[in-house]
Amino acid sequence: MVGEGASPGEPEEARVAVEAVFREERGLLLASLVRRFGDLDLAEEVTSEAIEAALRHWPAEGVPARPGAWLLTTARRKAVDRLRRDQVYAARLAVLQADAERAETERAEAVADPAGRGELPDERLQLFFTCAHPALAAEDRTALTLRCLAGLTTPEVARAFLVPTATMAQRIVRAKKKIREARIPFRVPGPDELPERLPGVLQVVYSVFTEGYAASSGRSLQRLDLAEEALRLARILHRLLPGGREAAGLLALLLLVHARRAARTGPEGEPVLLEDQDRGLWDRAMIEEGRTLVVHALTGGPAGPYGVQAAIAALHDEAADVESTDWAQIVALYDVLLTLTPSPVVAVNRAVAVAMRDGPGAGLALLDALGGEPRLRTYGPYAVARGDLLTRLGRDGEAAAAYREALELAGTEPERAVLRRKLGDGPGGLAGG
Amino acid sequence: MKYMLLIHSGAVDEQGGAPQCTVEDWTAYDKDVRDAGILVSGESLADLVTATTVRVSPTGERTVTDGPFAETRELLGGFLVIDVPDLDAALDWAARCPGARDGGSVVVRPVADFGAPGDSGDSQGPAASGDPSGSGDFGG
Repeated sequence: MVGEGASPGEPEEARVAVEAVFREERGLLLASLVRRFGDLDLAEEVTSEAIEAALRHWPAEGVPARPGAWLLTTARRKAVDRLRRDQVYAARLAVLQADAERAETERAEAVADPAGRGELPDERLQLFFTCAHPALAAEDRTALTLRCLAGLTTPEVARAFLVPTATMAQRIVRAKKKIREARIPFRVPGPDELPERLPGVLQVVYSVFTEGYAASSGRSLQRLDLAEEALRLARILHRLLPGGREAAGLLALLLLVHARRAARTGPEGEPVLLEDQDRGLWDRAMIEEGRTLVVHALTGGPAGPYGVQAAIAALHDEAADVESTDWAQIVALYDVLLTLTPSPVVAVNRAVAVAMRDGPGAGLALLDALGGEPRLRTYGPYAVARGDLLTRLGRDGEAAAAYREALELAGTEPERAVLRRKLGDGPGGLAGG
Repeated sequence: MKYMLLIHSGAVDEQGGAPQCTVEDWTAYDKDVRDAGILVSGESLADLVTATTVRVSPTGERTVTDGPFAETRELLGGFLVIDVPDLDAALDWAARCPGARDGGSVVVRPVADFGAPGDSGDSQGPAASGDPSGSGDFGG
């Protein structure tokens, strides 16, 4: 996709800069073309072609004054050419052109956009809802969102999910075929449907972040590239849904958690628990931004699950250390969260917070009461939490058993290393005791 | 675009009805579908005990057997073909169908269209059907 180099000075640098523009522009362009042509495949192909054309022309002729409009015009022309060549579409072309011209006129009238990037109408929200449509398999929704809205290539999406490129390509083709042939519409659901559909869209972004925050497998604990992609998507969503409190809550949550990224792993990539983290490494600007958003997410009615989780994250981020953390309020927020999203995983987190407020015995009693939950049998953090509380209570034998269980369940090498250290000899090791 | 709604009943009583979905519910739904002008066709099926299966072997031999039998709690009770602009509209109609309640389910499947382009004679504008590849939705 690389053209014949950019400016003679620093061609590589210029190319990277141009590609960064495209990454930002690609989702907008794609959404706009999907909206107009109703065909994701066609839109993707002509988007790529337009970007390739830009990489060829811009270095020689200079970047046009309105790069987005240039790309859209080029892509649209290419799409119309294709449709014209295809006899099947010939009859529709007239309708299409009339449509496009009308839209063009409307846009020209609304061109005075103070934000400056109004050269492309932002139709990405429609595309978010299409990619996250419940008629698509959950895993396909996430893949499609990364592909179409984050602008990742298919190999990049495949890498994100640790599957072979061919497998991911197949999945994306299947999903696009369903969108096209079952005619999943490109539209933002109406106010009556929105409460039902928006959580799915937020969930997609949250899943991308979760995989980036704590990789389910592989060599490293965090996948910062993925987490940052999710953050970018959350920002777009928040911008497109300025009044959406859960969109604000989600963005706040991601910011407040991502702010700790530098402190979450040690020199060898091992996980560092919240209580041991060097809080000087936390990203203060990100925390500030997150806190402002939390206030918005919690104001004006009952809070949603992302807003509540963000509030919990904010309490951690505000505290100088574990001792001065407002554990009572955190427990109260977990109580709210449990009513919003009853799940054993939330209950585990609540139990840990109770342990911090009332002592390890109280927390352990709650954890043991959850022992019958089938979902927790394969949930490593449950075993780790039990191990930690048992250690604090001096019940080393039982703690070792819990850590061994956690070791079996750990997905990444750094997690396993920490657990082995807890189990092994040496300072703090249970065998060294 | 045409969609087929395959109505699978959930727990069925002796009369073939489900506890919370009455004949009136079905009548009302039927009327709504007709009034909306989206009905292409639809039937409810007679009791499963009346079903007969035909198979033809590679040698052309015909086998007729009784059945199929209700191995599961869900069995096909009827179908509807409706003509609506997109999947969301079809899903809305499926959700309103009494057959989707009480443990029943409605499977929504687009009807393949092998017709020539533009011959569907509909007047719903550019988003209407009549596109063999299914990719001509210039969504409005």
